[in-house]
Amino acid sequence: MSKSIITPAKEFEDVLTPDYKDLVDNGPYNRSTPVTVDDLGSFREITEPHPHCAGCGVALGIRLGLASLPAPEDTIIIGTPGCAYFALTQSAVPYSCTAFGNQNSVATGLKRMLRVRHPDKVKDVLVMVGDGGVADIGLDYTLHSWFRRENIATVMLDNEVYGNTGGQESGMTVQGAVLNMAPTGKKFPKIPVFELSKTSGCVYAVKTTVASPKKVGTAIRRAILTAREVGPSYVQIYTPCPTNLKFSPDKSLEYAKEVEKTYYRYEEYITEEASEYLRGIGELKCC
Amino acid sequence: MSITHTNSNAAGTASCPKQKAVSPEELLLNATRSRAFMTGSEAVAEAVRRAGVDMAIAYPITPQSESMHLTGDLYAQGYIKDYYRAENEFAVMAAVHGASLGGGRVFTATSGPGTLRAMEMFPVWAGSRQPIVCAFMCRGVALPPSIQPENIEMAFLLDTGMIMLHAENAQDFFDFILAGYAIAEQPEVHIPVGVFADGFFVTHTREVIMLPPDDIKLDEYNPDIAPIPPFDTEHAPIRMVRDPLLNKCNFVSYAASASWHQEVLAAAERARKHINKYMGGLIEVENPDADIMIVASGTAVSQSREAIRTMAERDGIRIGLVKVKSVRPFPAAEIAQATAHASAIIIPEFNAGGWLARDIMGTIDNNSRVIAEPRVFGGMSMPEEIIIEVVKKAKGIK
Repeated sequence: MSKSIITPAKEFEDVLTPDYKDLVDNGPYNRSTPVTVDDLGSFREITEPHPHCAGCGVALGIRLGLASLPAPEDTIIIGTPGCAYFALTQSAVPYSCTAFGNQNSVATGLKRMLRVRHPDKVKDVLVMVGDGGVADIGLDYTLHSWFRRENIATVMLDNEVYGNTGGQESGMTVQGAVLNMAPTGKKFPKIPVFELSKTSGCVYAVKTTVASPKKVGTAIRRAILTAREVGPSYVQIYTPCPTNLKFSPDKSLEYAKEVEKTYYRYEEYITEEASEYLRGIGELKCC
Repeated sequence: MSITHTNSNAAGTASCPKQKAVSPEELLLNATRSRAFMTGSEAVAEAVRRAGVDMAIAYPITPQSESMHLTGDLYAQGYIKDYYRAENEFAVMAAVHGASLGGGRVFTATSGPGTLRAMEMFPVWAGSRQPIVCAFMCRGVALPPSIQPENIEMAFLLDTGMIMLHAENAQDFFDFILAGYAIAEQPEVHIPVGVFADGFFVTHTREVIMLPPDDIKLDEYNPDIAPIPPFDTEHAPIRMVRDPLLNKCNFVSYAASASWHQEVLAAAERARKHINKYMGGLIEVENPDADIMIVASGTAVSQSREAIRTMAERDGIRIGLVKVKSVRPFPAAEIAQATAHASAIIIPEFNAGGWLARDIMGTIDNNSRVIAEPRVFGGMSMPEEIIIEVVKKAKGIK
């Protein structure tokens, strides 16, 4: 996207909101060096103030993700119903969210059509959705997009619960947790989507938490870059939900730090081909 | 035994065969046609060959499969720029939605249970104002299971917001698919078009059809004049979402949602003049002055023609026929006018629900004139005798 598309005509400048002008003048678009999470606070972010609950890990995950896009001016985000869309619908990138679980199929069609219509241009298609959207209702579409080696980066914001519908068990809920629709506790462990990504065709995959913002930022940037040139990629981010898991909103990062020591230890998976590509563009240090 | 696998990626690399892009008027109305003898599935592929489709997505189901095999062959020959087999029909319809968001022309097809599997996406297409053309080779759905011809799936789609055209035969199937693109892509319409044919009867039987030359195709689709800009980062960012219409509990969001919905319905209304132009009307009428009128769509029209001919030749009874080509938008005024004089209106259907009869009974005066028979389903055929029997009963003839 050319910056000229969002730059207002001179005659209309005075009627546009200061927020919009701020985005045009100080936003992350068309930077020679893309912004990163390190730059947060120094540029106009592409998210608007959003209605997420206090202490929401999903909101933080989205904010970190949107600050890590290698080319925000040429990024399209495909979502799915759930808490994630509260912030994503208020972001200044093209965003689509329609039927629950369809995200990787929509992204497949879109990415392929963009390649047909604009074969010489970089157009990043990023899927950013919750754990229910990936692991439950959208699992087959996610896996099949990986099996087919679609050039899509998929991000799961894992709050381990259906938040938007009122705190029901999801496939990513930890075993034993008592939630709506799991009145006596969840009977089976978290669905191993991260492990599945490695055996299903992803060339790059990371598991991390919002307590490690730089790792989140690096993972999303590398996931998008590898998806652009090598193959499908996956980032799974623990994004705690104080509202439904019933802890104080100021404890979100403590929870995230805690799970980093146990079942959410940082993991990065890179295939040889993806590694070679990332080294080639200076994203990974050589040798 | 040795098994060889061909590399499917090798296909689709053929350079695009030379075809001259022409207007829909030229392709549909003016081009000189020549005779061909083919199945309905082959006619679908011949329409796709001339439709300038950018991308098609397939998933197998009987009786649709052959048409999407042939569409795949068109991809291999370079007529279509991308094509793949998806994992199920919901995935197909979601991916078609995504591809259409990208600003190109798309095609797919399905049948019966596939239609139901994909159901959630059809209102999304309409609500997203997408000019997708999808062929439906109608068949039975479960309860009890049947792969045989019937068109009950059309009942489920009546209020999804899409335009619904019902083909009688292979000729209609060919024409309606191409007309479908011409109608759907009008900026004032820009909603999906479903082109329906009764499976097997149309898809698997050969008939003579008239085709325009294959060295012409539809003009390229122009997403820049669409009511909603494409999702391609060449245009200003847009959001194709249910929020803020969803999850905001206030009058403004309800009103926004309602007015958007009304606009989708209004778009279908605005399609009427384009259906008239490219398809010669929403209905066709034969023997318009007859006292008894049969109103039908799809292959029930062909069966009715047989019954009408037999009664005229053998019994000297003159019966009229209204062929309904457009089911959505519904030709309520046209049907009411064509049947205003009739003492009886007979509606034969290939489904158990009687969706056409319901629509007609809800829109004409004095609907006690309607005889919603015969009705066959589960794969049963509709021999002319059972139509004649209903006519004779209506006339009080034993």
